[in-house]
Amino acid sequence: MSLEILTYSFMHRALISGIAIAILCSVVGLFLVLRRYSLFGDAIAHSSFGGIALGLLAGVYPLWTAYGVSIISALIITKIKDRYNISGDASIAVLLSSGIAVGLVIISLSGGFSIDIFSFLFGSILLVSVNDTVLILALTGAILIVILLMYRQLLYSTFNEEQAKVSGIPVEKINYLIIFMAGITVVTSIQLVGVLLISALFVIPNVTAIMYGRGFKQTAIISMTLSVSSVVIGIIVSYIFDITPAGTIVLISIGFLAGTMGIKSAGLLSKN
Amino acid sequence: MLNIVEISNLIVKYPDVKALDDVSFVVKEGDFLGIIGPNGAGKSTLFDCMLNLNTKYDGTIKFFDKDIRKSKDYLKEIGYVPQKPIFEKNFPVTVNDVVRMGLKDESNEEKIDDILQQLWIHELSERRIGELSGGQQQRVFIAKALVTNPKILILDEPVTGIDQQSIDLFYSILRELNSKQKITIIWSSHDLDAVNQLANHVACLNRTLFFHGESEKFFSDDKLVKQYSEASMQEHMHHH
Repeated sequence: MSLEILTYSFMHRALISGIAIAILCSVVGLFLVLRRYSLFGDAIAHSSFGGIALGLLAGVYPLWTAYGVSIISALIITKIKDRYNISGDASIAVLLSSGIAVGLVIISLSGGFSIDIFSFLFGSILLVSVNDTVLILALTGAILIVILLMYRQLLYSTFNEEQAKVSGIPVEKINYLIIFMAGITVVTSIQLVGVLLISALFVIPNVTAIMYGRGFKQTAIISMTLSVSSVVIGIIVSYIFDITPAGTIVLISIGFLAGTMGIKSAGLLSKN
Repeated sequence: MLNIVEISNLIVKYPDVKALDDVSFVVKEGDFLGIIGPNGAGKSTLFDCMLNLNTKYDGTIKFFDKDIRKSKDYLKEIGYVPQKPIFEKNFPVTVNDVVRMGLKDESNEEKIDDILQQLWIHELSERRIGELSGGQQQRVFIAKALVTNPKILILDEPVTGIDQQSIDLFYSILRELNSKQKITIIWSSHDLDAVNQLANHVACLNRTLFFHGESEKFFSDDKLVKQYSEASMQEHMHHH
């Protein structure tokens, strides 16, 4: 049974897409967590709900409208936050609730949708098509290349904006770049865990990895490893026991977090 | 000697107060300038203007004879050490990560090694920045400021909250950078004695510039020292 499932082509697509999304979320999420923007992924995901509803209403592939709506609204909310000096958590709350509100209004206007909306809310990784998989791989590759090329600038402006500015780093542009990449990452990941659990993939592997007290690269590698392990184990276990992949993936990553806390409490990790 | 910095008639207005009022002075190549003044005297505002972090000012600031409103190239020549940089204690970066942040390539690895040794932090290079003491962190940020080979080092009250032994080491490092490596230093401080020992020029700032000149001239004049010591400047500010 356990080996047999690896021969199904839908399972290949699910695992390949899942691994790509796991890597992407952990890398982009690390910058968000370090910027105290942990819930920003959640807020973008909720705003994408509005975009999905819009797509379903207009008869357009919902993920395209979700990309448009969530990236644009994330950039607008960032601009408003800077201009009117609104705190980070409050701006997240505004973005989050307005996305859901738009989605609900559109759904009620249309008289309700079919079951489709549930696959976006809770993920449907076992249903990804070949086209979806190719898109996920391409976007993951593109974002990882940008991060690899710019990681010292990204890290510096995350660590200390003022010092980074004095070093001639275009901090504002970098901030928008991170928001833009987060927007793409969130919508890409909706297929794996759905709108409601997306921030788990951004936050939990990174919070766990940071506990290991290592430098930046090692922390990123630990986080990616935990994230990929959670997704692979989650997809296989959920299939075998016929339970939801999204919930299983998140619970496994929480298991890694709890295990790491246990190791740390036992004094087996450095103080940090 | 070349004018490294030339500040003319600098004015910064906040809604209800002038943070800087008509400040003008020149820093020449190789100078070690100590800027003294009480809290709220405008030292950080002055630095923010010089570093292009605050662009809402009247007057002109020139670095290497060029107006900084027209060209930001001068920033490449500056190493800046902020007053106690703020970061999360468990931010996952080592000393090695911190000194390399923002650099475009890895070509000057040897130089980075030399700097870490010169600042006595070589053995800490794999430790996380948040695990280090205040004095060690401060040396990491000086190392960071030095890796780009700057001509000028700007330090904003760099010894706040650091133990005396670290301060002494820190001062001896500054002296060496100025005398041996000919780096021009602009340094704001509360510590009049330290300014006396290290700086060759002094600027007394309390929104306006009260004195700017050679430190010998300043410190040999008891009246000046008394007049501009921190206590009397505080009092002066109180009256205004």
